[in-house]
Amino acid sequence: MAKRVGLEVSLAVADAVKMSKAEVVSAYPITPQTHIVEELSHFVANGELDAAFIPVESEHSAMSAAMGSAATGARTYTATSSQGLALMNEMLPIASAMRLPIVMTIANRSLSGPISIWNDHSDIMSIRDVGWVQIFVENGQEAFDISVCAFKIAEDHRVLLPMGVNMDGFMLSHMIEPVEFPDQSDIDDFLPGFTAKMILDPAEPVTMGPVGVPEVYMEAKVQCEQALINSKPVVKEVLDGFAAKFGRQYNLVETNGKEGAKTLFVTMGSLGETVMTSVDEMNADGKDVGQVRIRLWRPFPQEEFLAAVKGADKLIVLDRALSPGGVRGPVASELASLFHGQADAPEIVNVVAGLGGRDVSVDEFKEIYETAQSGGFKDAYTVWGVMSNA
Amino acid sequence: MSAKALMAWQDLALGTAICEPGSAAKLKTGDWRSMAPSLDEEKCIQCGICLILCPEFCISEHDDGFFRPDYDYCKGCGICANECPKDAITMGREEK
Ligand code: SF4
Ligand code: SF4
Repeated sequence: MAKRVGLEVSLAVADAVKMSKAEVVSAYPITPQTHIVEELSHFVANGELDAAFIPVESEHSAMSAAMGSAATGARTYTATSSQGLALMNEMLPIASAMRLPIVMTIANRSLSGPISIWNDHSDIMSIRDVGWVQIFVENGQEAFDISVCAFKIAEDHRVLLPMGVNMDGFMLSHMIEPVEFPDQSDIDDFLPGFTAKMILDPAEPVTMGPVGVPEVYMEAKVQCEQALINSKPVVKEVLDGFAAKFGRQYNLVETNGKEGAKTLFVTMGSLGETVMTSVDEMNADGKDVGQVRIRLWRPFPQEEFLAAVKGADKLIVLDRALSPGGVRGPVASELASLFHGQADAPEIVNVVAGLGGRDVSVDEFKEIYETAQSGGFKDAYTVWGVMSNA
Repeated sequence: MSAKALMAWQDLALGTAICEPGSAAKLKTGDWRSMAPSLDEEKCIQCGICLILCPEFCISEHDDGFFRPDYDYCKGCGICANECPKDAITMGREEK
């Protein structure tokens, strides 16, 4: 029988990795990801998880070891955050180029400096284009469920790409939430062992990660790009399969609030839960507002997003990262590209909020809504709540 | 397909892996050469230092005792000419 327990979301993720029977965990601790790998090291030490735990000397090594592990055909997991992700940066596009299905939790945290251990999306946005499947979770149950699904997606022979599961640092990673644990046998049914398509094997030698001369490089990049684009139906298929087995449905894009609302908040990550409360309260007050939550960030679910916002004439797009010197925040820029050339494109109001752990409250989202309705956001984007003398 | 490409992206192995062992031998690094070494057999004392120091490992000892490069792989770096204790190797412009 599935059992429901209250525990810290980081620990639930560690349990998900254990129940997914990861064979290699190579990791370096960094706040706020530490509890995940600490718990996994306990599982390995006390024999609950039959895996090799590689306590590496840096995140660069964590990703390098994970790549070596995945290249031998082992189910491989790591986790990081912020500066740790930045230190991995060099290896990330190589992991996707080599088509290695590593699963990594990223406890999203702002990039220093100034030094910050708190949450925003500047870490993940700095590695947007490394060719990984990238998904965002909003709550503890989702963090558990999607972590299990991530192995199945990444290891699918139609995908064979690394996958990053993003969860907001502290705001989600350190929350204590009720999480339902499925039976191990059900997870085993859903997620059989990893069968690699190509492995390092002296009996059948291959060279992985060779030089890509100009006559090959572009074709190599397009192979990965196409694999990432083509992973979308597999992500959907795995999430639907999860729903069929475990009864919890996750879509690439979610909607809530008043149906057919003309103004929609667009969110990604756990701040979406606060917006949900705000939208519910505004709906109760008769406001014409709804919400669209982006779960899958790469590959971007274009058709699903367009269907979700059909009929809306204004999108209030929340970004939790700045793109300094750019036209807008990263999510809003993405959507502006998506709507390019469309006759019935909604107006995009871009609000950058919640950087470096700055709280954004339910009431503030109401204020953001009212400001958007009265045309108060004049610029391409507005950094919400920043104190200024101007 | 572009004449600048080796093959279509669909035909590349997974992750652009090389699945044929020893295929590096097919990479004729001699294509890179703009200067070619030539040996003065009068000066050469057949010490083999050039063989040891050639970064392409393309110099071998021939039956007559002289050490000569395989021009399929000699990339024309000039290290042999620089290191030869007898100045028996000179680098000349590659003839096209
Ligand atoms: S290093 Fe000079 S002298 Fe020695 S074998 Fe080579 S060419 Fe001859
Ligand atoms: S020029 Fe360079 S590559 Fe050619 S034989 Fe001499 S050392 Fe070797």
